[in-house]
Amino acid sequence: MDLKLDHHSEDRLTIVEVEGEIDVYTAPRLRELLIDLVNKGNFHLLVNMEKVDFLDSTGLGVLVGGLKRVRAHDGSLELVCTQERILKIFRITGLTKVFGIYASVDEAKEAHGRDK
Amino acid sequence: MATVELTFSALPAHVRTARLVATAIARRTGVEESLLDEVRLAVGEACSRAVEAHRLHCPGEPIRIELRDDLGRFEVTVTDSAPSDELEQDRGLLRFDDPLGQLPDTLMSGFGIAVIAGLADDVQVYPSQKGMRIRMSWPAATNGLPPI
Repeated sequence: MDLKLDHHSEDRLTIVEVEGEIDVYTAPRLRELLIDLVNKGNFHLLVNMEKVDFLDSTGLGVLVGGLKRVRAHDGSLELVCTQERILKIFRITGLTKVFGIYASVDEAKEAHGRDK
Repeated sequence: MATVELTFSALPAHVRTARLVATAIARRTGVEESLLDEVRLAVGEACSRAVEAHRLHCPGEPIRIELRDDLGRFEVTVTDSAPSDELEQDRGLLRFDDPLGQLPDTLMSGFGIAVIAGLADDVQVYPSQKGMRIRMSWPAATNGLPPI
């Protein structure tokens, strides 16, 4: 399955919807979207990965790159993910300590609201 | 011992094909369903690393993947032709306690190999000036599905 990307803003939070496979072939498109969003002043990103079928280290690199960019503007990049096979990759690489990972968009929005 | 060999050009689009082939053969060989995601990811990581290395050093050379059913093990070997000293140096420098300080936006080979090591039941990495060979294996049923 190819990669589908969409995004919308709610208050100060930009929600990025990702569907499909994030690998060495498709990850550049996600990277371009994250860079574009940051360049346009969206510094609080929530990436919804609930419909992601596959994620490899290229995709992890893109997410880490996005996090570096938003942090340079005191922003945030957090994730929504409950899929064990995706979470496992974050655990293996120790990135669960780097990203805020939530069980739902609502849960992430609630936490984001508390932090404001 | 049944063997499937596949060679592909160093293009990112072909990595998905390699993943799909590896997963299909793993299933036929009798690898447990619960391990198939690990096979898919580990083979994808090895092929992605090889594609990135070839694109840097030898974009015209193909990458080879061998998939073997070997006495109750499903064994995958990914072989590239890119000199791997430089990549090994990256691997040695990788520190997971500070990923933000070191990770570029693109794949780091050491990161991919670390993911493979966390996934495959058995992994061996053979770097050399002539290229890198990554061999990994998982338990499989000794009586996997017969070839059609």
